[in-house]
Formats: sequence, C-alpha cells, structure tokens
Amino acid sequence: MADVIEVNCETGEVTTRPQTDEEIAAAKAAAAQAEADAKAKADADAAIAKAKASAQAKLAALGLTADEVAALVG
Amino acid sequence: MATSTYNLIANQVVGSGGASSVVFSSIPTTYTDLLIKCSTRTTYTGGSSGLYIVFNSINTGYSDIVVYGNGSTVSSYKDTNQAIVNAGASQNSASTANTFASTDIYIPNYLSSNYKSLSGETSVENNAAYTGTYIFFNAGVMANTAAISSITLTADASFVQYSTFYLYGIKNS
Repeated sequence: MADVIEVNCETGEVTTRPQTDEEIAAAKAAAAQAEADAKAKADADAAIAKAKASAQAKLAALGLTADEVAALVG
Repeated sequence: MATSTYNLIANQVVGSGGASSVVFSSIPTTYTDLLIKCSTRTTYTGGSSGLYIVFNSINTGYSDIVVYGNGSTVSSYKDTNQAIVNAGASQNSASTANTFASTDIYIPNYLSSNYKSLSGETSVENNAAYTGTYIFFNAGVMANTAAISSITLTADASFVQYSTFYLYGIKNS
C-alpha cells in the first residue's frame, strides 16, 4: 500500500508517512468489508435476477406475450 | 436574518505515488456540519471499489446501509458494528482510464455529544454509455459521542494520482 497523506487543517501542513499499525488494521478491515460488500451486492443482484426470471416465467404461463412481460418486468 | 457560512477548510490532490488513505486532522471546531467532496479512483481489481471513513482513528462501532442502482435494478445491503463506515464508492482499476467516481459526504453536528452520522451519495460513471454506471446512497453512523477532530478516508486499495478530497465547514448561524 502507498503512504498516508495527512492534512493538518489547523496549520495547513501536509505530511506523507507510512501507515500506523491501526491504519494497517483499518485497511485490512476495509479490504475485508469490500469483499463482504461485493458478496452482499452479488447476492442481492442474484436474488433480484432470480425473482425477475420467476415473475417473467409466471407471467408467460398466464398467456402474456414477451413484449407484455417486458413491459411489466423489464 | 442569520447567515450561514460554507468555507473550504482543506483539500488534497493525491500525487504520483498514490495514497493508501487521506487524513484531515485538527479539524476546527468553529462549524456546525462538515461536507466532503471527493473524486476517487483506486487500484482495486476485485470488483466494485469502496470509499470508507474512520473518525478520530476509532476502529469500532460503525454501521451503515447502502442502496445502489444502475438504471435497471436497485439493491441494498447493510453492515453492522464494523471497523470502518461505508461512505461511498470509487472507480476501480478496470474502469475506463482516467474516470473517477464523484462523492459527496455530509456529516451533521460533528461536535455534538450524540452518535455521529453521515450520508453519502456517489456517482460511478465509466464514460462508456451506461456500462458500469451506478449511483450509490449511503447512510452511516458511528456509535461514539466524541466530537470529530479527524477524518480518515480510505478504500479497499490505494487511491490513484489525481484523486481529490475537499473538506468544507458549514456554520448555521
């Protein structure tokens, strides 16, 4: 990982320094959360896609045309 | 009639070496709310790239809700009691070259003795019609009552050169 850029809002001083142990831990937490978020995002997207496909199939079984199904479910 | 102020407190443009995080420290106590405007892209290769915040170097007690959409589907998820709070998103390394995500993060009552909340909104655009274009809405809270004196912005990988961060103070008086 690259260094940390710290801006002191009081003095305007900008310093570049290596990450502290706490920041390294936070970075690892960010990476882990990103992975968890990506999985949550993928799961949510998959659930929606599955529900959409199911709705489309049920509407088609009711006799709606493909255009009519698309107009309702997209 | 009372007048409000809206001042730039500090800003930072990431240089050629990139940055693992950007920290605004010694934030003045003369405002009511804070607003961060940033333009971010990271070296992340694992998919969607995040944008996270840590207040006062406290790495516990953050929860958030994320709602996002791409024009055809809308989804959401939440995180509870995390070490960081999910405040937005960043363009990742697979995005069209030189594209950056735009995020506004609002932090009301940052000096209060209540838990600290934030709201964020991000536009991720890939400069390629609608492909890879998303909008994110984030709501987050830190279960800590300390006044905010420092803000660390980080991601799942390093911020690349030309990522920018602007911290504004808003005073309601």
